[in-house]
Amino acid sequence: MTAAVYAARKKLNILLISQDIGGQPNATAGIENYLGYQFIEGPELMRKFEEQVKQFPLEMKIGQRASDLSLIDGGFELETDRGEKYQAQAAIIATGKRPRPLNVPGEEKLRSKGVTYCAICDGPLFSGMKVAVIGGGNSALEAADDMIKIAEHVYLVSLTPLTGDQILIDKVKNAHNLTLFLKHAVLEIKGENFVEGIKIRDLKSGQERELELGAVLVEIGLIPNSEPFKDLAHLNRLGEIEVNCANETDIPGLFAAGDVTNVLEKQIVVAAGEGAKAALQAHRYIQRLEIKI
Amino acid sequence: MAKQVKIYSTPTCPWCRRTKQFLQTNNIPFEDFDVASDKNARAEMVKKTGQLAVPVIDIDNEISVGFDENWLRQKLGLTK
Repeated sequence: MTAAVYAARKKLNILLISQDIGGQPNATAGIENYLGYQFIEGPELMRKFEEQVKQFPLEMKIGQRASDLSLIDGGFELETDRGEKYQAQAAIIATGKRPRPLNVPGEEKLRSKGVTYCAICDGPLFSGMKVAVIGGGNSALEAADDMIKIAEHVYLVSLTPLTGDQILIDKVKNAHNLTLFLKHAVLEIKGENFVEGIKIRDLKSGQERELELGAVLVEIGLIPNSEPFKDLAHLNRLGEIEVNCANETDIPGLFAAGDVTNVLEKQIVVAAGEGAKAALQAHRYIQRLEIKI
Repeated sequence: MAKQVKIYSTPTCPWCRRTKQFLQTNNIPFEDFDVASDKNARAEMVKKTGQLAVPVIDIDNEISVGFDENWLRQKLGLTK
């Protein structure tokens, strides 16, 4: 959205295509490090972003996602998941990241039926139940810390030793209603209409066991939404689009910004700044094209 | 007759707050059920939707899971 505002101020002819407005901050409860607001909720900040974007006369297609981007004579052609096609001289990819799924049987079927990727949103729904939190980083530990206060029992299952901040580890590991399963893999989420349990395996002994529970909170990190661009842009081993410090990809006229890229820090303020840089760079690129013509 | 609007929410869910804020801004009265503490409301929500995610919005027995501004505007007869 920041890229759109910067590009609009340069009077470029813009089309903003996105599956939603706001992306990851919409699942963030409180933001205390976006300057100008000592505290603001994610959706509220995104509503303000949206208001600002809509002050400019730019075309928006919300509810569609890019499914393919290809090179054509004079620029790029983008195809959306609805089969619509759009052409442009330059393109900025700012598609962000999404929660990483476990990719185990039962997960997809039971999504929103006890399986959630937004602990802050859905966690309180599972008060009084036995739940599993999957992951060993800060997000998983924060989810576990929230859940030990309201759930009957919390199973914290991680492939690795706990990797989050020590202060969070100390908070959760001695809770009377928490059982740690470190170096354990989740093999399956079980349930007919709702989650009824999970099957896990001890990576050391190979021993498998089943845990009866009503909810699975998956907090195992994020993956970049870069699949539609993988044939065009160069991706790093994490699947992030590689850009230089001017937000340029390997392809002239193709820019990328924010969490979908290899930018070092994944923060709202960083992503917004990167969006601004990408838009200014795209403007320069188009100016150069027009001088050549 | 005014439409009957119910929202099933949790206290921490950012989209629940956004939904309630939208209704308040547009002067739409609604009943709010906290499904984290109210087990009966949680059961009612599950019965209506067959799922466990919030917010759930019920407008005269028509249901939306999640905040969908276009859907809300359409069902409530609100123009942009």
